[in-house]
Amino acid sequence: MTTLPTVTRAVRPRSRLRGRDVIALGTAGLRARPTRALLSALGIAIGMAAMIAVVGVSASSQARLNDQLAELGTNLLTSTAGTSLTGEQTVLPPDAVDKVRLVPEVESASSTAALQVSVYRSILSDPAATGGIATMVADENLLDVVYGAIRTGTWLNHATSQYPAVVLGNTAAERLGVVEPGTQIWLGGQYFTVIAILDSIALAPELDTAAFIGSDIANQKFGYEGNPTTVYERSSDEAVDRVRSLLAPTISPQSPNDIDVSRPSDALAAKNAANQAFTGLFLGLGSIALLVGGIGVANTMIVSVLERRKEIGLRRALGATRPHILVQFLTEAVLLSALGGVFGSILGMIATATLAAINGWPFTLPFLAIVVGVGAALVIGGLAGFLPAIRAARTPPTAALNS
Amino acid sequence: MNPIVFLEDVERSYGEPPVLACAGVTFSIQQGEFVAIVGPSGSGKSTLMNLIGTLDRPTAGRAFIGGSDVAAMNDRDRSALRAYEIGFVFQHFHLADGVTALENVADGLLYSGTARSERRRLAKIALERVGLGGRTGHRPNQLSGGERQRVAIARAVVGDPPLLLADEPTGNLDSVSGATVVELLSELNRRGTTVVVITHDNELAARLPRRIAIRDGKVVGDSSKAATA
Repeated sequence: MTTLPTVTRAVRPRSRLRGRDVIALGTAGLRARPTRALLSALGIAIGMAAMIAVVGVSASSQARLNDQLAELGTNLLTSTAGTSLTGEQTVLPPDAVDKVRLVPEVESASSTAALQVSVYRSILSDPAATGGIATMVADENLLDVVYGAIRTGTWLNHATSQYPAVVLGNTAAERLGVVEPGTQIWLGGQYFTVIAILDSIALAPELDTAAFIGSDIANQKFGYEGNPTTVYERSSDEAVDRVRSLLAPTISPQSPNDIDVSRPSDALAAKNAANQAFTGLFLGLGSIALLVGGIGVANTMIVSVLERRKEIGLRRALGATRPHILVQFLTEAVLLSALGGVFGSILGMIATATLAAINGWPFTLPFLAIVVGVGAALVIGGLAGFLPAIRAARTPPTAALNS
Repeated sequence: MNPIVFLEDVERSYGEPPVLACAGVTFSIQQGEFVAIVGPSGSGKSTLMNLIGTLDRPTAGRAFIGGSDVAAMNDRDRSALRAYEIGFVFQHFHLADGVTALENVADGLLYSGTARSERRRLAKIALERVGLGGRTGHRPNQLSGGERQRVAIARAVVGDPPLLLADEPTGNLDSVSGATVVELLSELNRRGTTVVVITHDNELAARLPRRIAIRDGKVVGDSSKAATA
């Protein structure tokens, strides 16, 4: 029987793997099989690109809306004659505009009055083909309040409002086929001469399909009694809510409920919000693509671990600890995913820039979206790589070497 | 002086019911020895190599490698022992195909936390020592079998470990390349490295100063003394 050697616990340094070497190991695994790495990164990239593009497109169109609202102002309120409790169409009192002007903080006010008069291109036109064009009596200061612009011609003035002169809204002119002032159109049983055509009015689209005539001629020909149907009003931005609550009782103290007060900029924002609902859908689809990409990464890593058992065994023989092996494969998975994330972000940015350019939106992409997106890709890579990496670390070195 | 390898009644069994791949092995190897562990395939010599290399732990008995009790060491301790004190040479070389001979050799120091530039410097010296100073930039598939095994040896000794384990180092080589490899191992031994060669080749074993014969998981002969098992 031999004597046992004295048990001296040797003091030796630990196995150590430098941080830079970890990165090198992770990339070496990817470089060894570039096609496979590229394909599995592609899965992440597609999901990532979809999400970035969706966020970018939505942000860009929102930026466009914000620009638009800043330009148009959100301080325009309209008060329209509604239907009474008994269902009758009501009109506003003739002094509605003057009363609105008396409300504190109101800066300007104007009105239109819709007439039951049809407009045709000529006397020969089919009486049923009204083209949805409404005849309206317009105040002379209407354009100042709704921020309308004249494309060509001259707006109604005190003189022209006494004669059969008409100003066409943008869409109305298009439908009638009128391109320049001087043209005559058949309005309420007589010819009116077009004296101006307007640009589109974003905050009051109902004016785009209108034909505007003066109050005097309306009074003479169509029995207009001075009752407006819609009052347009602007106040300072801060006063909008206060003014809004005062408008209906001011115009119609007896029956304020007959007046519909609305804020057209809200309608624009609501339309945008409806578009945002699709954003949610696309984001959902994008995240599914990202998830599938993550599964692709996991799959690649599992195959990689199985194929590289010998390498694992060799590294263990060279002194790698189990955590060293784990970290190597985890790094590889995270790098793979990050590759897809960065690539996908670039694709998404290109898609956003292209769509923004086509639609004339300002290119806007929240930086946070990219940070969150790439972060998500890293987390997905980590999750996808974790189980394969644990399997790699648990591979017994002997089994790995002999396989 | 403590032996660098000390095994006493070492057993390693697999499965249920247990099959003994190593059935009570006792021997020790002193520093500076050049030993062949020889036996036919299935004799348990690979298991023995894994036990000496601390890639595996005995199910019974005591194993001291480099003065430390393998049973008392955790994974981290055994990894450190392999990183600093044991070099491995395998029959199938286990070189990475995609990188140069120099990088393969430098990987021998990867887990000692040595900086990359230093690893490469030492790797170049190690390759020169095995006579491949002119092949540093070659990839393994551009090298002959004998050259590959010499790269593998350079990797095993780049950190200057006191113990070198070679598992069938000439198994995949022609006789001329095999002779070169054996000559290289004796050269390393002359410089002080303890070299243990595991082989089924009696002819190779006969050229080594000490032979430990293994059969059915037991020591059946030890040329340095009468078998004590």
